[in-house]
Amino acid sequence: MSKIHMKVYRGNSEGGELKDFQVDVNDGMVVLDAIHRIQATQASDLACRWNCKAGKCGSCSAEVNGKPRLMCMTRLNEFEPDQTITVTPMKTFPIMKDLATDVSYNYEVNKKIPPFTPKDGAVWQWQQRDIDRIQEFRKCIECYLCMDTCHVLREHNKFGEFAGPRFFARIASLEMHPMDALDRTALLKEQQGIGLCNITKCCTEVCPEDIHITDNAIIPLKERVVDKYYDPLRIIWNKVFGK
Amino acid sequence: MSENYQTFEYDVLVIGAGGAGLRAAIEASAAGCKTALVCKSLLGKAHTVMAEGGIAAALATVDSRDSWHQHFCDTMIGGNFANHWKMAEIHAKQAPDRVRELEKWGAVFDRTTDGKGNINVRHFGGHTYKRLAHVGDRTGLELIRTLQDKGVHSGIQVHMECTIYSLLKDGDRIAGAFGYFRETGRPVLFKAKSVVISTGGIGKLYRVNSNSWECTGDGFALAYMAGADLADMEYVQFHPTGMVWPPSVRGILITEGVRGEGGVLKNNKGERFMFKYIPPKYRGKYAETEEEADLWFKKVVVEGQVEETVKERKPPELMSRDVTARAIWNEINEGRGSEHGGVYLDIASRRTAEDIKRKLPSMYHQFKQLADVDITKQPMEVGPTCHYMMGGIKVDPETQMSTVPGLFAAGECSAGMHGSNRLGGNSLSDLVVFGKLAGEYAAAFAKKNDLPKVDEAQLAVLSQEMNRPFEHEGGESSYAVLADMQIIMEKGAGMYREEGLLDQCLKDLEGLRTRWAKISAEGNRMFNPGWHVALDLRNMLVVGEAIARAAKERKESRGGHTRTDFTTYSADFAKKRIVIRRHGDVMEVATEDLPQIPETLETELVKEGLLKPEILKQIRGEVPAH
Repeated sequence: MSKIHMKVYRGNSEGGELKDFQVDVNDGMVVLDAIHRIQATQASDLACRWNCKAGKCGSCSAEVNGKPRLMCMTRLNEFEPDQTITVTPMKTFPIMKDLATDVSYNYEVNKKIPPFTPKDGAVWQWQQRDIDRIQEFRKCIECYLCMDTCHVLREHNKFGEFAGPRFFARIASLEMHPMDALDRTALLKEQQGIGLCNITKCCTEVCPEDIHITDNAIIPLKERVVDKYYDPLRIIWNKVFGK
Repeated sequence: MSENYQTFEYDVLVIGAGGAGLRAAIEASAAGCKTALVCKSLLGKAHTVMAEGGIAAALATVDSRDSWHQHFCDTMIGGNFANHWKMAEIHAKQAPDRVRELEKWGAVFDRTTDGKGNINVRHFGGHTYKRLAHVGDRTGLELIRTLQDKGVHSGIQVHMECTIYSLLKDGDRIAGAFGYFRETGRPVLFKAKSVVISTGGIGKLYRVNSNSWECTGDGFALAYMAGADLADMEYVQFHPTGMVWPPSVRGILITEGVRGEGGVLKNNKGERFMFKYIPPKYRGKYAETEEEADLWFKKVVVEGQVEETVKERKPPELMSRDVTARAIWNEINEGRGSEHGGVYLDIASRRTAEDIKRKLPSMYHQFKQLADVDITKQPMEVGPTCHYMMGGIKVDPETQMSTVPGLFAAGECSAGMHGSNRLGGNSLSDLVVFGKLAGEYAAAFAKKNDLPKVDEAQLAVLSQEMNRPFEHEGGESSYAVLADMQIIMEKGAGMYREEGLLDQCLKDLEGLRTRWAKISAEGNRMFNPGWHVALDLRNMLVVGEAIARAAKERKESRGGHTRTDFTTYSADFAKKRIVIRRHGDVMEVATEDLPQIPETLETELVKEGLLKPEILKQIRGEVPAH
């Protein structure tokens, strides 16, 4: 067993600071194990969320040495033995306590997305290749690391104007479903601010499920908005024929 | 009353937001009831999300021979006929509709490759035919996300990160629940006409487990304390394949889908040992030689031949979980285990790297990231891990109501459906089948009854109890008590039980209760995990005792309950179920008759060749099983 040095953010909505911890570590430990060890031996009231401990539920999101990560999938041996490991809460969301943040914004956005609505007379048979692309989006574990890293939210605070990468992936999974009857293009343009995304691909980079959020969800959705609202030929056509 | 609490009033209150809770809430809300859903974590993080392999339903999209009769028989044989037959029947009949309903709500299951594009199904332990609808190895995520997205548009009020500490009663009937919001630590009162418990399992009672922090047996303890009967508490499932190495991941689940996709179990001599462990009830249904199993694998899994045309039988790696877990345990105990105390699960030598990554993406990822093992090149090390509770709140099979009027239960926390051993895939289907029924009948109950009265004086007492860990100074940390709890349960009421060890376990739990009463929590009530663990431990102590007492009472071995001092099925217990109920402060153990399959149905199944009378006699302990 060896020891590592960790700094963990402790505080609440009124403020806080990084606290130092020396933690005993064994083979194979992840950052979440180290946090649990701190809870069990040094600070039993240290707040953090977790559930599955296997990268499947997306609860233990935090920033490890500044990078948005799932704590349960971040091995301690990624770091040098003498390197300090700093764990802070997701910066984009308001802090509740220690590593737990208020992620209710995500649930509010989700409520505003019109749900899957099957076409009249839908036939529930389709080929695997028809759904491969939406199954990619449905892998999302709602860890909100993409929301955390997105500068439109993180730096520019466009809450309320911008749905965020998680929800563009969600809308893509509905829009590209072979049996869905709705068109959510107006919503994307008017309320969810898809135009604000300037495709820096930061969301894709931090996605622990390896979903190509920018390339496979956001860009195709942007194209749909452009097709519908900004295609010059369509504008002329609509003017000439009075549509 | 020393402190304020928020009050909410609902027709139906659902506690727990996994598959069963969400499905119940959707149904109750659709019936026009004002419905609330309370969960300890954020919505969408419940343990259902961890379900990997699939949801079992006799859709017969791949093998036309499948039927509800066959699914029913597989479930009963897998459960060693300790199941409540009526629940197994309702489940087998309704599961296909529930799966198709999920699809209409937006779930996107993998498709068949026969050009028809139906829902694809895969093999799993104990199921005669391919029967598990799935989405790669993340079926639970698909299920919970589908229900969550359906639920948020159904007018359900969701109270997240809220823990229920006690149910409330008005005379005999249920009146609501009292608990606290985890973020603030503030108490909250829910008045409700009916309550559905869907709080999942008990995995955290054991040291090696596949469960999340939430699985502390809350629902069992809440119902027990409210006076409801618990049944079958001796039946705890140890899943055969949990991760073994490194220590920090010990217990994390490896889906049975690995074996469904062709993975084989080997000991340190390289021997495929499962052939040695085929019990009489599965004899004739599984391959008896490696050659036969390999031919089946080649034809069915690799070449995708229609199984109906294949004469070879499937490999014994696909037997039920209780059988497989005991076989693995035995290999390890007799010195044929792997270097870190498991056995080997090998898919690398069976499938191409590309197939493995496509069919089992999260397994590939999990091993690569957490264990530095590339499962397309190396075998996995696996061993048994505490996974599922078959027993639970005794319910009416058709309405899901417990013995307390207005209190319903669905999913893992209810008893009866799975008997002494659950088949893989039968849990997700259990959630949606019985979640729906619980929601439906909870709504009907709410419509027939007025809002009950709540005893305010009782709330003050509960509030004080919740606060107790802050009032002691210099006591132990809750984490130390939890760690000892897990060791006590592993030693005394784990995979193998015996009278003396169970007695010791009960004695140790008694000692632990004394320590629990003196736990100190540091800090304040805001989002304080140490305090949460202290309160959850009260439930775990109740459930631990219930398991040990029930296990002591059942003097035979059956499914998930294995006694080293009573190693066979016994006729004295085959048609009995052990019931636990509260009598003042004493935990009472009773024995009741287990309802038996009606003769007409049994005769029909025997005639169809699905049930063999001699196997039935063996499982019922009437003739020895050799």
